[in-house]
Amino acid sequence: MQYQSQKVAIPYFVGAIVLFVAQILFGLIMGLQYVMGDFLFPEIPFNVARMVHTNALIVWLLMGFMGAAYYLVPEEAETELHSPFLAKLMFWVFFAAAGLTVAGYLLVPYSTLADITGNELLPTMGREFLEQPTITKIGIVVVALAFLYNLGMTILRGRKTAINLVLMIGLVGLAVLFLFSFYNPTNLVLDKFFWWWVVHLWVEGVWELILGSILAFVLIKVTGVDREIIEKWLYIIIAMAFISGIIGTGHHFFWIGTPEYWQWWGSIFSALEPIPFFMMTIFAFSMVKQRRRNHPNRVATLWALGASVMAFLGAGVWGFMHTLSPVNYYTHGSQLTAAHGHMAFYGAYVMIVLTIISYAMPLLRGRTAANSERQQTLEIWSFWLMTIAMTLITLFLTAAGILQVWLQRVLDSPLPFMAAQDQLTVFYWMREFAGVMFLIGLLLYIASFFVGDKEPEASVKTIA
Amino acid sequence: MTATTATIGCSSQSKYPSGDLAIWVFILAELLVFGIFFAVYAFARMNNVELFNEFQQHLDLNAALINTWALITSSYFVVRAVAAIKEGNSQLCVRWLLAAIAMGAVFLVVKSGEYAHHFGQGINLSTNSFYMFYLSLTFFHFMHVIMGMVILAAVAIKAHQGGYSASDNTGVHTGASYWHMVDLVWLILFPLVYVMR
Repeated sequence: MQYQSQKVAIPYFVGAIVLFVAQILFGLIMGLQYVMGDFLFPEIPFNVARMVHTNALIVWLLMGFMGAAYYLVPEEAETELHSPFLAKLMFWVFFAAAGLTVAGYLLVPYSTLADITGNELLPTMGREFLEQPTITKIGIVVVALAFLYNLGMTILRGRKTAINLVLMIGLVGLAVLFLFSFYNPTNLVLDKFFWWWVVHLWVEGVWELILGSILAFVLIKVTGVDREIIEKWLYIIIAMAFISGIIGTGHHFFWIGTPEYWQWWGSIFSALEPIPFFMMTIFAFSMVKQRRRNHPNRVATLWALGASVMAFLGAGVWGFMHTLSPVNYYTHGSQLTAAHGHMAFYGAYVMIVLTIISYAMPLLRGRTAANSERQQTLEIWSFWLMTIAMTLITLFLTAAGILQVWLQRVLDSPLPFMAAQDQLTVFYWMREFAGVMFLIGLLLYIASFFVGDKEPEASVKTIA
Repeated sequence: MTATTATIGCSSQSKYPSGDLAIWVFILAELLVFGIFFAVYAFARMNNVELFNEFQQHLDLNAALINTWALITSSYFVVRAVAAIKEGNSQLCVRWLLAAIAMGAVFLVVKSGEYAHHFGQGINLSTNSFYMFYLSLTFFHFMHVIMGMVILAAVAIKAHQGGYSASDNTGVHTGASYWHMVDLVWLILFPLVYVMR
């Protein structure tokens, strides 16, 4: 760590991990509800557990991105952050808003929450992933504006690098596209159409820029490869992400009432979306292979490599599986979608946030380069436990999805939805066990911050 | 051949492929995109040969021919620009690049005229499969022509500032490679969409 103000990243990273734990707990609750329908009913109904599971994910990733930005922007710009106070203040606003929103989901019925928060003044609630009360959404916009202002002023004053530029474009895009969550037309086709402008253009558009720039930053740090080479890769990766990803939004427009050409556009362009992820894998591995030094923080390198592989598998391969419209005609909204969603979010975004935390946290906590050998060993265990667990979850859900599609949509006399669900029970149980394994990995991950943190730093020698 | 020229030959001529490796990754990815588009076009046409043949006749073959000429000529100009910089003549390189960009502009104007004609007739993406493909493919290529012109302009500006020399001109090769890709795609697109039946 070179600048004192980078320390504002700490609360963001800690807050992100706290919400990560909440996300996983609610995931486990919901996973159990798949097989034991009345588990925790009526205290936590399925729809509420799902809402907390998905919203917590989005919010903690946003927090992770913000922490990452507060850490790497000053270092890249070679100057202190414009206003550390504003950054800290915004963290508490954001964290409190997230906490209150989750409490609202859990304590009162959703419709009551809508009434209390004055949803009828500007109705934005009730849509998947954008369930937050309108005031929370406004809060997110305020936090985002303050955040962008703070970073923008920092960059203007300091060195301009490709990594900062790409990161800023990604973050500005993120904020601008979020504004579509306030647009809630009564026409359902238009509603869905623009809803995807937030959901898809985030994860398959601007978030990829954030992913790319964080990956590039960490790779420069741990490999010592020339910035010029890394930036070049970054540019072509984001160019491909945009070429494929923007029109690729069309793969969500197949069945919502849009004109027929979206079948073609959506299929063709989204079929190319694996390319930037594949490039990222090649990029990460070739940079590590060409490394100029062995960094003592080997677990950060492991996360970076893991993210590039799992993002390609989850977002690229599992996305491609059901992206062509003739295939999607059968698989739409089945457990295959859930399988893809799990591995893609974990591989692309969870792992990149854990990558930057893994790289930055030791430095933020006063280490010169890396955690102790013991801490790293624990973290490596947690890496493999979580990654293997997520792979299992994905495989079980894929099996469930294939069976579901067969029973419910292909058979000559197809089963009704709930009857088909009954046939998938065994896969849901296996998924739940894999989920427990994931939780154990997560607990080990948290333990790695505390167990062995008084021991001396790992050095390159002990690794080689 | 003296030792000096032999060294220069090594660094600037025998390097294969010429230009930056990153642009080649990008070019291959772009060719893949167009390749898939062409394959899908062929597939869609196979299922509806009569419709495709009928509406293909409504396209302006002359305009497309002028555009083919414009792009081939522009590629020639780009080749001249590369030759100029290899001899260390930056200003000549800039002039050839500008000529290439001008031919790109000719392409855009002619193509816009075609679009204006089609849109004037009320044709859009939903008219039929043929027009859907015609408009999508050509517009996607149209955007690439603009992109190529931007790249050539960036190279021209740097060349004008004396940023390249006889021994250090990878940037010119890089821009040239991309422009040839844009040209190449048109050379497949033109017969495929306008001529073949």
